Amino acid sequence: MFKTLLARARQGYRTAAFPPQEPVMSALFRGRPELSRDTDSSALARCAELCPTGALRVSEGRPEIDLGRCIFCGDCVAESPQRGIAFTQDWRLASSQRDGLIVSGDGRPNIDALDSELRRLLGRSLRLRQVSAGGCNGCEVEVNALGNIVFDASRFGIEFVASPRHADGILVTGPVTANMREALMMTYEAVADPKLVIAAGACAISGGLFRGNEEVCNGIEDLLTVDLYVPGCPPHPYTILDGLLRLLGRS
Amino acid sequence: MAFATTRNTIPLPIAGVPLLDIAEFRREVLARIADGGRLLLLTGLPGDGNASRLLAAVADDAHGEILLCSALVAGAYPALTPDCPAAHYFEREIREQYGIEPEGHPWLKPVRFPPGGPMIGDTEFFSVAGAEIHEVAVGPVHAGVIEPGHFRFNCHGERVIHLEISLGYQHRGVERALRGGPDRRSLYLAETVAGDTTAGHATAYCQLLEGLAGAECSPRANALRAVAIELERIANHIGDLGALAGDVGFLPAASYCGRLRGDVLNLTAELCGSRLGRGWVRPGGVGRDMSSETRGELRQRLATVERDMRNAVDLLWKSSSTRARFENTAVLSRVAAAELGAVGPAARASGIDLDARRDFPAALYRDRRPAIAVGETGDVFARARQRWREIENSVAFLTQLLEDPGEGPAVSTIGPLAPNALVLSLVEGWRGEIVHLAMTDAAGRFAHYKIVDPSFRNWFALGFAMRGQPIMDFPLCNKSFNLSYCGHDL
Repeated sequence: MFKTLLARARQGYRTAAFPPQEPVMSALFRGRPELSRDTDSSALARCAELCPTGALRVSEGRPEIDLGRCIFCGDCVAESPQRGIAFTQDWRLASSQRDGLIVSGDGRPNIDALDSELRRLLGRSLRLRQVSAGGCNGCEVEVNALGNIVFDASRFGIEFVASPRHADGILVTGPVTANMREALMMTYEAVADPKLVIAAGACAISGGLFRGNEEVCNGIEDLLTVDLYVPGCPPHPYTILDGLLRLLGRS
Repeated sequence: MAFATTRNTIPLPIAGVPLLDIAEFRREVLARIADGGRLLLLTGLPGDGNASRLLAAVADDAHGEILLCSALVAGAYPALTPDCPAAHYFEREIREQYGIEPEGHPWLKPVRFPPGGPMIGDTEFFSVAGAEIHEVAVGPVHAGVIEPGHFRFNCHGERVIHLEISLGYQHRGVERALRGGPDRRSLYLAETVAGDTTAGHATAYCQLLEGLAGAECSPRANALRAVAIELERIANHIGDLGALAGDVGFLPAASYCGRLRGDVLNLTAELCGSRLGRGWVRPGGVGRDMSSETRGELRQRLATVERDMRNAVDLLWKSSSTRARFENTAVLSRVAAAELGAVGPAARASGIDLDARRDFPAALYRDRRPAIAVGETGDVFARARQRWREIENSVAFLTQLLEDPGEGPAVSTIGPLAPNALVLSLVEGWRGEIVHLAMTDAAGRFAHYKIVDPSFRNWFALGFAMRGQPIMDFPLCNKSFNLSYCGHDL
């Protein structure tokens, strides 16, 4: 017992001061991309060919990146920075609209907070059932991190629960494999109304790297109405936490 | 010669792999295994017309050699499993992927339920009969932030008589998507075979490419890859120790280890911007060089993390109630581990002295490697203890690597891949031996790509360890193996 207390003193207080204090990401972190408007479009087209998920497109001569597909590998900038694409340190990436994930220029994804009734119901206590539907476990690692003492989502009343019957919504990761489709839908059905659907990671939003494989359903877009999209491969825990807090109107 | 001999990452012309008739193939492979060889891989390859080509790779762990032979089969062949239990899962996979029937296999069930076959979960579950026998079915959706899988327990009271594990829910077509490559997706598909083993699988993939291209990375690039692999090992092992503490309700150690895992992931993020090491390992080397200032800073932070890890984990060893739950729980005997072909820390905790970093050294590990820890008792305690000893060894090794990472460019260009060649790439990831196999066509593209995640070998061992255990110990036992669903399901 005494040793346990000593260890407690030694390990110290570790919970992040976010919010309001902004976290410091690693210097090489690849966050929200910015695209210059006046770049040679043929060079960009060649650049788009490098994109492993087809996230980078040239639309009417203007480049745009679909954060719902982007895996933030940076291959589009690696070859030639003059092409006018840069990944900033901005880790605020979530959006409540699918269209909001398509960024051009220095546009930012936006989140509309839930309406006042839902905020009254869920704003201070949000229980989510996580459904892992065919990804690589990367998103699960980062969702799990929300439960550790650094991110500690429970201080905002956000917790992951075992049963969909206890949940206010589901947080889905993975491209939704054909083999998980039924289990995902059954889990969703088991949650009582009103309920939220959160798509975390490129796979859940669009199928990500596995988009087009016959084994997957290309994410949850065609299956469920989504309330919050959290891009990333995987999303940083701060990106997920920030998305949830803004959706609840708390940040 | 019945076998062609190669080594880790050394390609071989496909024509050089002996093609035996099936009776001889069976006899030779079984004789090698009876002689101390270890079944590394058994798989189908595209064959001629209706026939498929079976390929066996037998590991000679003592000499770092890989022995290969093949046979053409159509329709059916006499299974190896009755004489070599380690073949059981490979033969189930061969039946599912190639429609070839391994006759006499005692447990022929689907592995991943790919499209076109039976519906997921539609299999004849093993069932135990008798008074007071009951079944507990769990999953695919589990009580936690965990990947999906289905577990079926046959119990007598609280005691588990048999646990059947039926997976495939994460099957997303990774191997099929790799065929025809390499292309712009390939590296990232390798990184996401198992997201918690990004550096391990990406290194296996890149080493395989470099082997086929006859290219070598610089010593420095190899050292920087090893940094990522060892950080990955430490992060996952300390996370597992925390999860084990959590499963027996010892929350102080669970909290500290959870935080420390994140600290190690943040060290990885300093290398490449991603906590999981995405984009660090690349064909020909690594994403970028590491300055001596960064190395110094990493060393310092690693020392701090090491001190805190030791402090947190010491609580585990010194808490008698924790030890009581860990000791003698879910024993995997040395014999069972060997027969089932278990690998990684789970096997080493049972006394199997196997580690690809030493036995099949490629790249950096040819010259430098960490000390290898081997346990004995094969219980949850041994698997926990094994994690900690491996953390200690990896920290010491990392400190050396960061002090002296060698010289050379971070990345070198690699040429075209050898056509009509076959290569195996082995990496000791944190869960154990990762095997990637590729076969190229006449144009040097992947005609075939096969991945064996360590979990593929170890899932059955988990079921085995649960026999005779109280069902309440399953979460603890499961965590002590901590196997990958996505690495298995591909």
